[in-house]
Amino acid sequence: MYWDKTYECMDREQLRELQSRRLVETVRRVYHHVPYYRQRMQELGIVPEDINGVEDLHKLPFTTKQDLRDNYPYGLFAVPLSEIVRLHASSGTTGKPTVVGYTRKDIVNWSELMARTLVSGGTRMDSVIQVAYGYGLFTGGLGVHYGAERIGASVIPVSGGNTKRQIMIMKDFGTTVLACTPSYALYLAETMEEMGIKREELKLQYGIFGAEPWSEAMRKEIEEKMQISAIDIYGLSEVIGPGVASECQYKAGLHIFEDHFIPEIIDPETGEVLPEGKEGELVFTTINKEGLPVIRYRTRDISALNYEPCPCGRTHVRMKKVLGRTDDMIIIRGVNVFPSQIESVLMEIGDTEPHYLLVVDRVGNLDNLEVWVEVSNELFSDEVRKLEELKRRIANEIQSTLGLSVKVKLVEPKTIERSEGKAKRIIDKRNM
Amino acid sequence: MFRQISVFLENKKGKLAEVTGVLAENNIDMWAISIADTTNFGILRIIVDDPEKAVEVLKDAGYPVNTTEVLAVEVSDRPGGLHQVLNILSNEDISIEYLYSFVRRPEEMALILFKVDRLNDATDILKRAGINVITNDQVYDL
Repeated sequence: MYWDKTYECMDREQLRELQSRRLVETVRRVYHHVPYYRQRMQELGIVPEDINGVEDLHKLPFTTKQDLRDNYPYGLFAVPLSEIVRLHASSGTTGKPTVVGYTRKDIVNWSELMARTLVSGGTRMDSVIQVAYGYGLFTGGLGVHYGAERIGASVIPVSGGNTKRQIMIMKDFGTTVLACTPSYALYLAETMEEMGIKREELKLQYGIFGAEPWSEAMRKEIEEKMQISAIDIYGLSEVIGPGVASECQYKAGLHIFEDHFIPEIIDPETGEVLPEGKEGELVFTTINKEGLPVIRYRTRDISALNYEPCPCGRTHVRMKKVLGRTDDMIIIRGVNVFPSQIESVLMEIGDTEPHYLLVVDRVGNLDNLEVWVEVSNELFSDEVRKLEELKRRIANEIQSTLGLSVKVKLVEPKTIERSEGKAKRIIDKRNM
Repeated sequence: MFRQISVFLENKKGKLAEVTGVLAENNIDMWAISIADTTNFGILRIIVDDPEKAVEVLKDAGYPVNTTEVLAVEVSDRPGGLHQVLNILSNEDISIEYLYSFVRRPEEMALILFKVDRLNDATDILKRAGINVITNDQVYDL
């Protein structure tokens, strides 16, 4: 079952022609409307006329999250703000978020792409879909919402959190499709068990899970516990949000919507494009976006591309499930966390260089972040009360900066391993 | 008044022995000891014969260390002995952060160490009430 067979099953030669045409148009547009891209291309000595198709893509400069941040908030938009109808943002490494903007047409296209995603995961017109991704600046909630409405499914915009109410709604409203992060799905399953809710009381059939990496083992566990079919979806706000790629019923890689995005796999060290099948950093160029087109955006996600035909009939390339990153970002309960964010909080509290370690674990199927802080002479007090206060202060500061509740643990100096001058900042014990 | 040394310790097996090991190696004698513990960490508080040396060797061994002035008070070793002292401090609105007792003591008397909020006031008040407040020098003669 497809949402848009014309494009999803397009002949690959035709697809490449379409991509080339759209790429050429996009490059021309960013050159003329985004000073940043014009400058970068001039630096490389290229003009739009040098880009005649997909084969010339490698000549273009990369875009990074840092570039978006340097041009905060609207610097990379290719249209005036009057044409922007929606803004979203994702967390940045140093407090300032990354802002993305959509024109009316971008929202229509995004809804179409999300409709493709949801249909390939089992959503239909008569589905009742519970959207438990967060609504707000995060693209997850509204992205799924618009796609589901486009299909004509009944949408429950419940947003994240309030687990018991989620389960009550799931049961009483007869939810058939659940959309949330995979770790939250497991948590829901567990809470259901605790509440003594039997599977037969639910009408649940499908799960649309994304926004964080998850393993096949985790999929198996969710599918068994909830007795549903669960697919992995992929996206990032800088590219469009969810709706960049999605698994089909064969669950053997995620089809990238190539009529909108051209993927590349590069060597993260050299920037060199790697041959088909090789693992490396995933890079996207958007070729059908108006508000914020991005040229060769480096996702920092590690994946590989598979151009073999898929039994589902879709012709779009499949990317391997993302399981790693080239930077030190971790995703906890759907929140992006960079160690540098924790570091700046600790700097403000201790006013010396903090030694800390982030220990991530999955406790009762929910991600848990423990922040270990070495107690320096400056931080130390002979009173338990003051040290407990210090722990609370650190936890509160992190909560208000990142919107994430963490557990703080005070440890002795030199507890945290220092290797080659650079401390190891993260221990991820999650079994993903 | 007394110089107390506090040491930060993680609440882990063998941690205390590590610290006492450092002190023993350096020939430092402990006169009083107390531990405040939480699930995650503990604070070891000690009175030693050579506080300066103790701070130095513990810092060298990598422990977070600080020193605090505490009050050492002689309390009669009979029912109500400690109560008498606490009563005086309470009446004068002096709050006690923590207290513990001395390892060595003269006949009939217990020696209690107090961390209080107004150290000088507390010392004067107790002295006026006829309570013996011990200083660093005196303790050497115990």
